[in-house]
Amino acid sequence: MRLRLAGDSALLVEVSDTVEAHRVRAALECARAEGRVPGLRETVAGQRSVLALVDPLACDPARVERVAASGVAGTAPAAEPRTVHIPVVYDGADLDWVAEHRGLAVDEVVRRHGAAVYTVAFLGFSPGFGYLSGVDPALHVPRRDSPREKVPAGSVAIAGDLTAVYPQATPGGWRLLGHTELAVFDPKRTPPGLFEPGDLVRFTPV
Amino acid sequence: MDAVAPVTSVVGTVEVVNPGALTTVQDTGRFGWAHLGVPAAGPADWLSHALANLLVGNDAGAAALEGTLLGPTLRPRVDTTFAVVGGTATVDGEPTPVDASFPVRAGQRVAVRIGPGARAYLAVAGGFRGEPVLGSRAGDTFAGLGPAPLVRNDRLPVAVMPARPRRLRRDLLPPADGRLRVVPGPNDDWFEPDSVTDLLTGPYTVSTSSDRVGVRLSGTPLRRCRPGELATAGMVTGALQVPPDGQPIVLLANHGPTGGYPVVAVVATVDLPRIGQVRPGVAVSFTAVSRERAVRAYAELRAAMATAVV
Repeated sequence: MRLRLAGDSALLVEVSDTVEAHRVRAALECARAEGRVPGLRETVAGQRSVLALVDPLACDPARVERVAASGVAGTAPAAEPRTVHIPVVYDGADLDWVAEHRGLAVDEVVRRHGAAVYTVAFLGFSPGFGYLSGVDPALHVPRRDSPREKVPAGSVAIAGDLTAVYPQATPGGWRLLGHTELAVFDPKRTPPGLFEPGDLVRFTPV
Repeated sequence: MDAVAPVTSVVGTVEVVNPGALTTVQDTGRFGWAHLGVPAAGPADWLSHALANLLVGNDAGAAALEGTLLGPTLRPRVDTTFAVVGGTATVDGEPTPVDASFPVRAGQRVAVRIGPGARAYLAVAGGFRGEPVLGSRAGDTFAGLGPAPLVRNDRLPVAVMPARPRRLRRDLLPPADGRLRVVPGPNDDWFEPDSVTDLLTGPYTVSTSSDRVGVRLSGTPLRRCRPGELATAGMVTGALQVPPDGQPIVLLANHGPTGGYPVVAVVATVDLPRIGQVRPGVAVSFTAVSRERAVRAYAELRAAMATAVV
């Protein structure tokens, strides 16, 4: 683990992988809730890091470092991850392309995508957009050379070793396998997003 | 500093006669949701936003209007008090005192002229209202959360609160240094040492494609000293993100919470208001400071703010 300064209002905790990042984030969030790190405002999971956003006038970086280290060491309390189930209609515009590109039958693409248990590594790009790791290596495909101008909300897609569900209709370059009717992000709902960093995710064909 | 002040009854509206180039409603920002991919938004220049609010007796974080380059023209439908910071205003064509609150009667036309910077803030005594989204009234121009940018004939709900006249004593605020202070890192080790020197020698010119997400700069390109791409990481406002072309982008209030380009340095919180005010075409330069110095300068500014509105 290494603590790096990101200006005066943030500290970047670099760790070795996503699992460690989630442990560090859980430790920091627990300490924040219990008031053990004054000035800690919020935490953002990255692929191999956690960014702690802090009040520069109230936060002692050494405290953030201590709590983060307890997360890495596994001495901080850790909650069981929840599993989010996403029903998917596999009717995506790129399903045939992916099957052909990887030399698989379409049914086999669907079977492999639905068989894996994914982890929400981190979120970004748009509200509720979770980057889900754990894609079957047989399904690894490159992004489109030029992104689509509008990917429909609810699209289930893959790119590289990641899969995702587009929460809003946005531009996007991932390969579309199908769609879900679930609202991925709704600001009026509590919590607003289906995914939180560290959640496990399963896709169920319907 | 609560993003959302206690609910008081909405008793009036402000009509948008002309929205200007881009005018949004902003409170301090939508905090607590970055881990879900939600940008904070909030004002590009937190200082002018706070001072405008303090001038009308609001909490520093109340919802106010942020105008960009070409200011809005408004017509309140109630008697109220306004203040503009970052520009000037006229009421029915008559100039109002600069850096001071001014009374407006229902039906009068208030035109905001922005400058010398890129943005001005208009606060109303009582604050702009409307339904908060995820606890905030910040207009997110990137993710589309919160109030949409103003359009002609909008009627913006406002609370009405009596306000005594107040003015801003700029001489009580610490003077702005000519250069923007940055704390090096967190990824300065991704760049050739010469390149970091180039960044600190400058100058860099503000590109016309800058917006509330980021200020794009052009100047001597920064050269990386290692191959590959950075693992996606959380991003903080003020980060100087460097894409492969080597031209830094300074992240402003509406940036996404995560990003994949290395960050060579981060603008000190005390100087974020200045990067939020740069106009396209102007030159900026950077100077490296320690975190301790950046925090000290910010503490001095916060202390001065408390006495600068009289």
